[in-house]
Amino acid sequence: MEFLNQTTQYLISGLATGAIYALIGLSFAIIFNSTGIINFAQGEFVMLGGVLTIFSINVLHLPLLVAIAVAVAGTTVVGLVFERTAIRPLKNATPLALIIITIGASILIRGLVMLFWGKDTQALPAFSGNDPISLAGATLLPQHIWIFGVTLLVIAGNRFFFYHTISGKAMRACSFNRRAANLVGISVGRMVLFSFVISAALGSLAGVIIAPLTLTSYDVGIMLGLKGFCAAIMGGMGSGFATVLGGIILGILESLGAGLISSGYKDAIAFFILLLILFIRPQGLFKKGETERV
Amino acid sequence: MKSDHIKFLVFALLVLLAPLPLAGGYLTNVLIFVGINGMLALGLNLLLGYAGQISLGQAAFFGLGAYGSGVLTTLYAMNPWLAMLLVAVCVSIFAFAIGFPVLRLKGHYLAMATLGVGIIVHIAFNETIELTGGPSGLSGIPNLTIGGFSFDSDLKNYYLVWGFALVAILLCLNLVNSRVGRGLRAIHDSEVAARVMGVNARLMKVQVFTLSAFISAIAGSLYCHVMTFISPSSFGFHFSVELLTMVVIGGLGSVYGSFLGAILLTLLPEMLRTFEDYDIIVYGLLLVSMTIYMPGGLVGLPALFRRLLPARGSQHA
Amino acid sequence: MLKLTGIGKRFGGLTALQGISFNVTKGSITGIIGPNGAGKTTLFNIATGIYPPSEGAVLLDGKDISTLPSERRARLGLVRTFQNIELFGKMTVLENVMVGLHTQSKSGIFSCAFRMPWQMSEERRIREKAKEWLAFVGIPELEEVEAGTLSFGKGRLLEIARAMALEPKLLLMDEPAAGLNSSETAELAQLIKRIRDLGVTVALVEHDMDLVMDICDAIVVLNLGTMLAEGTPREIQDNQAVITAYLGEEV
Repeated sequence: MEFLNQTTQYLISGLATGAIYALIGLSFAIIFNSTGIINFAQGEFVMLGGVLTIFSINVLHLPLLVAIAVAVAGTTVVGLVFERTAIRPLKNATPLALIIITIGASILIRGLVMLFWGKDTQALPAFSGNDPISLAGATLLPQHIWIFGVTLLVIAGNRFFFYHTISGKAMRACSFNRRAANLVGISVGRMVLFSFVISAALGSLAGVIIAPLTLTSYDVGIMLGLKGFCAAIMGGMGSGFATVLGGIILGILESLGAGLISSGYKDAIAFFILLLILFIRPQGLFKKGETERV
Repeated sequence: MKSDHIKFLVFALLVLLAPLPLAGGYLTNVLIFVGINGMLALGLNLLLGYAGQISLGQAAFFGLGAYGSGVLTTLYAMNPWLAMLLVAVCVSIFAFAIGFPVLRLKGHYLAMATLGVGIIVHIAFNETIELTGGPSGLSGIPNLTIGGFSFDSDLKNYYLVWGFALVAILLCLNLVNSRVGRGLRAIHDSEVAARVMGVNARLMKVQVFTLSAFISAIAGSLYCHVMTFISPSSFGFHFSVELLTMVVIGGLGSVYGSFLGAILLTLLPEMLRTFEDYDIIVYGLLLVSMTIYMPGGLVGLPALFRRLLPARGSQHA
Repeated sequence: MLKLTGIGKRFGGLTALQGISFNVTKGSITGIIGPNGAGKTTLFNIATGIYPPSEGAVLLDGKDISTLPSERRARLGLVRTFQNIELFGKMTVLENVMVGLHTQSKSGIFSCAFRMPWQMSEERRIREKAKEWLAFVGIPELEEVEAGTLSFGKGRLLEIARAMALEPKLLLMDEPAAGLNSSETAELAQLIKRIRDLGVTVALVEHDMDLVMDICDAIVVLNLGTMLAEGTPREIQDNQAVITAYLGEEV
C-alpha cells in the first residue's frame, strides 16, 4: 500500500514537471516551425519568468498577478530584442552560426541575470497557499492544480490560435513553406518575430508556475530548457498534442526513475531518453515516417 | 609546404623561449593551461572547423581523460604513462562507438546529442563517489616522472605540456594538408558532393570525432598530473562552451587559430581577476558578436581587412 | 552498362516516376530528355544513390546497386555531376580535383599525420594527376583559384575534371549545358566526345536540344514520370508523341 502511495506521489509530481516540460517543448516547436532554428536560449526565457516575478514582488512590491504579468511582458520584450538583434541579421547564416549565436545569447542572458540578482536560489510563494490535498493516498499541492490548469489553458489556447485564427494559420503556413507564404502576402519577418514573442511568453509562464515548487536561480534555465527540448523532440517538433504528450511522458519517467532508482541520476534520465530518441526515432515518437522531396 | 614549416619552427621557438623572461612566475602557470586548452581547442576545431560537425560535449572526453588517469594512478597505483595511454585508448574506443549513432545526426540535433552525452558524463563524475570522490574532487594525483626526474614545478610542467602540444600541432598540420584533411573540408563544404566523389563521409566524421576525443583525453591526463587535484566542476557544460568560444574566436578551421583563441580566453579571466563572475557575460557577447561580424575569427582578420579596405586603383576621377 | 528495370518513385502521395526501364549501352553517349517536371532529376538521383527507388532496380554491369549509398557507387565507377554545380567552394580548384582522387588513394589518418613516405609519394601522384585532369578540361591556369569564385562556365568544367579524376566507367551529367552560352556549349560538346573517346560511357539529362541531337547516340524521352520514347536522335525527332509532349497538340 505504501509503495502504491509513493508511486502515485511520483506520478503526480512527474505530471506537474511534465506539464512544464510540455510548455517549454511547445515554445521550442513554435520557433522551430517558423524559423527552422532551435533556440538554445529558450531555457533562459523560462528562468526569466520566475526571476522577474520574484523581483517584481520583492523589489517593486507588486501584487502576485501583476508581478506575473510584468514578468511575462518583460521576458517577451527580451525575446523581441533577441530576435531583432541576433536572429534577424543572420537570415542566411549556416545552422552552425545560428546554434552558436543562440548559445551565446543564452549565456549572455544568464550572465546578466547573475549580475543583477546574484547566484542565490530564490523562492516564489505558492499562488494559493500550501495546504495539501489528499488524492488517492498521495498529496496534491494547490500549486500542482495551478500548473495543470494553466497548462490545459495554454494547450487549448494554442490549438485555437494556430488552427482558428488568421495569424496562427499564417504562422503554420510559414512553417510548411516560407516562400509560398511570402508569395501569398504573409510577412514572414513578422511571423518570425511573432513566434519569438509567443515562445518567450509561453516559456516565462512555465517558469512562473513551476517556481514555487522548485525554487529558481540564474542557472535553472539550462536543465529546464534541455528537458523541454527533449519533450519537443519526442513530439516530433509539432506544436500540438504530441509535444505535450512527450513532455508528460518525460516528466513521469524522470520522476519515477528518480524516486524508484536513484535521485542523483535524475537529470541523466532525461538525457538518456533524449539520446535514445535521437538515435532511434529522431522524427518523434508519434509521427509516421515522412519522405522529403529533394 | 615550405612556408608552413617555417611558421611552425617560429612558433615552436616562441614556445620554447617564452618562459625564460618569466622566471617561473605566475604567468608560467597560466601558460601551462594555455597549452592544455589549446590542445582541447585543436581537437574541437578539427571536428568543428574542418569537418563542420558541432560538439557541445568536448569537456566529457577531457574529463574522462583526467578522471581516468587520476583514478588509475591513485586508487590502483598504475604507472602514470601507462595509465595515460590506456585511458586515451579507452576513451577513443568509447568515442568511436558512440560516434556512429551521434554523427548520423545533423545541426541542432547533433548539438543536443553531444550536449546530452557531456551532461550524462558530468553527472557520472559527480555521482560515482567511491571512484571519483564526487563533488569534493579527487586529490593526491602524482606528478608525471621519467626515471628520477619529476615534473613537479611550473616550468617543468610547462615544457611537458607544450611538448605534447607542439607534437599535436605538427600532426594536425600534416593531417589538414593531406588527403584526409581535404576529405574533411569537402564534407564540410558539400557532403552530398563529397559522397558522390567516393568520400566515406560517415566513417570520416567518426574518425575525426575519435581523434578529437583522443587528443582531449591526453590533455585531460596531463591536466590531472599537473594539477594533482581535479573536481567535476571543471568538466561541465560551462567548459564545453568555453572551448567553443575559443575555437570561434581564434578561427574555425585554423590550427594556429585554436591556440590563439586558447591564449585569449585563458589569459582574459586572469586579467579580469576582479571581474571573476563576469567572464560568462563576456563569452556570451564574444560568441554572438564574433559570429555575426567576424565569422572567420581573429585568424581571419587579415582577410577581413582586405575585403573592407577600398579596392586599389579602381576609381579614378 | 547501366540498366534500369521498372523504376518507380513515390514521394508521399506524389508519383514522380513509374515503370522506367532502359539500357545505357557501354561506350555510348545517351541523352535523357523531357519537358520540365518529367522526373529526369529524380531518375538521376535514384541512379546515383541520393535516395532509393520505391520499386524496380538499378544495375551497373549486371550488379544490383539499387540500395547502395553514393560513395559505394563511386567506387564501382558511377559518378555524377550536378545541375547546380556542387563545388567545394572554400577549397582551391586543384584541391577540388584532388578530392576526386580520394578513391584512388589510401592514406588514412595515421599515415597522413605522421607523413609516412608512402603517403608523401601518393600525395605527389595525386597532385600530378589532378593537374592533368585540369588540363584535359581546359582550365590548367586556374589551379590556385578559390573554387567558390569561379564563373559558372568554369565551375562546370571544374566539376567535370573532378568527376573524371575518379576514372569512372559511367559519367552521369545533370544538365551540363545549363547556364552556358553557345560557344561554351560547343566546347562542352567537344569535351564530352573526348570523354567518350577515353572509354567512359556518358549519360546526360539535358534541355539543350541542339547539344543532345548533336552528340547523343541514343535518346530516352520522359514525360510526366513515364517513358515516352526511346531511340536514335533521328527517330526521336520524327516521333509524333515527343513533339506533342513538348509543343502541345496542334490547335
